[in-house]
Amino acid sequence: MKRSKFLFALCAFAALALFPLVAEPYGIDRVTKIMVFGVFALSLQLLVGGTGLVCFGQAAFFGVGAYASVLLSPPDAPASVLWLLPVSVLAAALVALFVGALSLRTKGVYFIMVTLAFSQMAFYVVHDTPLGGGTDGIYLTHKPVLGALLDLERPQTMYAFTLACLAGVFGLLALLLRSRFGRALDGIRVNEQRMRATGFSTYPYKLAAFVISGGLAGLAGFLFAMKDGFVNPELMSWHVSGEVLIMIILGGLGHLRGALLGAFAFALLQEFFKSEAVFGDFAKHWHLGLGLSIIASVALLPRGLVGLPGQLVARMVGRALPGPGGRGQGVPREPH
Amino acid sequence: MNPTEVLLRAKELTRRWGGLVAVDRVSLALERGTVHAVIGTNGAGKSTLINMLSGELAPSSGRVELMGQDVTNWSQPQRARAALGRSYQRNTIYPSFTVFENCRLAAQACTPRPWAWWQDARQCQASMARAQTSVERAGLTELCELQAGMLSHGQKRQLEIAMCLATHPQVLLLDEPLAGMGAEETERMLMLLEELRGRHAILLVEHDMDAVFRISDCITVMVNGGVIASGTPDFVRNSDAVRQAYLGEP
Repeated sequence: MKRSKFLFALCAFAALALFPLVAEPYGIDRVTKIMVFGVFALSLQLLVGGTGLVCFGQAAFFGVGAYASVLLSPPDAPASVLWLLPVSVLAAALVALFVGALSLRTKGVYFIMVTLAFSQMAFYVVHDTPLGGGTDGIYLTHKPVLGALLDLERPQTMYAFTLACLAGVFGLLALLLRSRFGRALDGIRVNEQRMRATGFSTYPYKLAAFVISGGLAGLAGFLFAMKDGFVNPELMSWHVSGEVLIMIILGGLGHLRGALLGAFAFALLQEFFKSEAVFGDFAKHWHLGLGLSIIASVALLPRGLVGLPGQLVARMVGRALPGPGGRGQGVPREPH
Repeated sequence: MNPTEVLLRAKELTRRWGGLVAVDRVSLALERGTVHAVIGTNGAGKSTLINMLSGELAPSSGRVELMGQDVTNWSQPQRARAALGRSYQRNTIYPSFTVFENCRLAAQACTPRPWAWWQDARQCQASMARAQTSVERAGLTELCELQAGMLSHGQKRQLEIAMCLATHPQVLLLDEPLAGMGAEETERMLMLLEELRGRHAILLVEHDMDAVFRISDCITVMVNGGVIASGTPDFVRNSDAVRQAYLGEP
């Protein structure tokens, strides 16, 4: 990782760690939720930005993680995080293994549609069967604990736990992407044909990425369920898949910090356009403002928020300095 | 090293697209230490032939043997790992990576170890060393850190070969490595092929006839999917069938 990226991650996580010292309970609750979506967005970044697989059904794994954690919690006593978390993640990863094994046989727009179809199936399974309590969802009676150390009932503890998970996932993916496995995923994203001609069997690589991504989305689902104490079928709706996709596009594809920035930017935009203090009555049409602002940001920031500093630098000095790293106008110099 | 060791053999390879026979019962043998050129008009089936040899396309019938082993049912990655390297007619590189990373990633195919997720890919000594050698052999050392997409066309063709070499292949299938190259670049590429000839078996699909007749040990001429002549450059040059196909002489 380059120093600037490392510094960014360090500052971001330090700021998040210090945030509860100054924040009101409402703020802590909001930021916990955003961090949950940060984990979710990171999981999708591995697939879309890392491997070039545009998955439009990520909400299914998110939902499976959430439902698994609630359904498996015993009704009379709090469960231990130690087993509930891994089991929820594993459940999501197993569903991802099944969905991935089938959908990765397709490519491009078909892959998008097949993943969407699978997530819709998952949606209707919890929506229309008694398994998941139907449209009402299920309430979690006891939030899980870890001995006396960790009681997720307390908002501050939930915040710290979510932050630790976010940092863990971020670190894990940062390591993963610079490893040989990650470089191979990168190669598959850029030129799968060449990867195969070079001797990489690309299918197992893509499937592994899909399963890891599904498992991490399941972790986000687990955190979501633990935070709010209930689950409902809306978690698996295609809107959620779309939102998380927008987050990573907004933040910048192919960068882990893009997923974080995107999760925060999306939540802030949503908050802003929903605010009656700013928009008065018009605030009930917040979807319109949000949509327009996303169109504008995609048009103006083709590489997302992550690319913004580079874009500003390029605007100021770029044209004066053609060459490698410029805006594609650089002429390769012949060796002398 | 046995000088007439056949590394890759095609037997009666055929590919049909519905009623159209793109490649019709083509047999050929690539020996170590030789350059075997396949020439022919556009649409003669040369690229289809390469695609069947490399495993990108399954043949309708016939078989492919790699070092004496029947590999007809092997996937392309399997054949690539068994030392069959190929380059593409259109540049097929990773344009957003550096020149060195292009080669390193190709070299990684030999020591993939995908489970070592905690380890930086650049700590893999084997692939770093291979990449370094192949970059040097292709004459790209000074461009190592440049983004591959910024290379000139000729340099990209060199990079194609370098990536091919990084996997340590024994058989090279080169699809028009000279396409779109200037005279100087062509010269450099021919020197590289000359150098590679010693230890590899090279199949060359090419339109530049001067180059083909200069460098090849054996030439196979294809027309409409079938082989009309195969032999030494002199034999092919004097073949009536070839003259008729190329010049339309009766």
